[in-house]
Amino acid sequence: MTTEDIEHLAALLKQRSGLILGTEKTYLIESRLSPVARKEGFSNVAALLTSLRTRRDEKLIYAVTDAMTTNETFFFRDKTPFDQFKSDVLPALAKARLSGDLKIWCAACSTGQEPYSLAMMMEELRPQYPRIKLDILATDISERCLEKAQAGLYTQFEVQRGLPIQMMVKHFEKVDDMWRLSSKIRQAVRFKKLNLLEDLRLVGRQDVVYCRNVLIYFDIETKRRVLEQISTLLPDDGFLFLGAAETVLGITDAFKPMPGTRGLYIKNPAASTSAMPRLRAGAA
Amino acid sequence: MKTCLVVDDSRVIRKVARRILENLQFEVSEAADGLEALNACKATMPTAILLDWNMPVMDGITFLRQLRKEEGGTEPVVVFCTTENDMSHITEALTEGASEYIMKPFDGDILEAKFSEVGLI
Ligand SMILES: C[S@@+](CC[C@H](N)C(=O)[O-])C[C@H]1O[C@@H](n2cnc3c(N)ncnc32)[C@H](O)[C@@H]1O
Repeated sequence: MTTEDIEHLAALLKQRSGLILGTEKTYLIESRLSPVARKEGFSNVAALLTSLRTRRDEKLIYAVTDAMTTNETFFFRDKTPFDQFKSDVLPALAKARLSGDLKIWCAACSTGQEPYSLAMMMEELRPQYPRIKLDILATDISERCLEKAQAGLYTQFEVQRGLPIQMMVKHFEKVDDMWRLSSKIRQAVRFKKLNLLEDLRLVGRQDVVYCRNVLIYFDIETKRRVLEQISTLLPDDGFLFLGAAETVLGITDAFKPMPGTRGLYIKNPAASTSAMPRLRAGAA
Repeated sequence: MKTCLVVDDSRVIRKVARRILENLQFEVSEAADGLEALNACKATMPTAILLDWNMPVMDGITFLRQLRKEEGGTEPVVVFCTTENDMSHITEALTEGASEYIMKPFDGDILEAKFSEVGLI
């Protein structure tokens, strides 16, 4: 791998997915791209990178971008974002939305564990909230992940990470060595391919956004752009969940932390005036 | 200090589990089959029991049924840890009063997650 190859790859990834490839990432490049190189018939990763630089093969560019994403996730990851949904978010919105319709967007859903956790949790809460209808939209840039998410097939290892056994028994069935999520839960989530670098307005109004463990890969400008676009999709009483290692502080004032919580944000009314004209200007 | 009884006929598994549990601040004791485990429980009830299914002398599910009949035997939180990974075994374990169920192979993350799921850590 030459320095030029790596620099070109880094620029490409930043442009395509927002991923900032740090220095010292040759190991990561090698391990993530070896399978792609093999599949696409290159003798090694260096040859793949050279081709990437000299030919403009969209399919290859996409395969490389996809392979470089980190898709680590698990059911009920970090727990608090789900506990807080139950204890704070749902009660507030159930009161505020008389129709009972709630729109939730998982903005980087990877292989589906996050939206499915919400869907399973809502099933448990059904008796307390008979009127509530969750519309869960789950998006990701990775077609590979979305395919797996839609299939709802998980390994034994994956169903043991974060998923309480009672929920597994209730919502999964064993298919050979894998565990398949019930069609009821699978049908509660709509999956769609979406790049967060795109214009996010087409996502439409949402009540709650889970944007967890994806902003960490972006630079600060990209983080800000994504967060400010999300804020325009949310009503004033909407909620945003970020990952445990993520914050809005120092990035944007479009959101403020919800007092007494971690990783949960609400819109900052003081900033909404600055976000609105931007949306209108973009729409014009 | 919280105590955990590790019940497994494999010495290797007991050792692995012990290391993980000691890191989670448990005081660990071991038993190689259900009968040994039952005798240990009669002496002192542990906070938690990590329980294999297939063992010589007395298997895990028989042990669990017996345990629940003992004085104070409803106290310990029982987490199965076994290669039996079909739904019928899992539901049987839960019916008999197990709180969680780990399918082998397992690692420290899974054990920690399951223990925290049932409020042991
Ligand atoms: C670490 S996973 C997070 C999954 C889940 N939200 C969680 O917290 O467990 C990050 C996901 O972000 C996706 N991703 C990365 N860049 C993206 C982009 N520009 N647009 C949409 N998704 C992106 C990756 O494909 C990956 O599945």
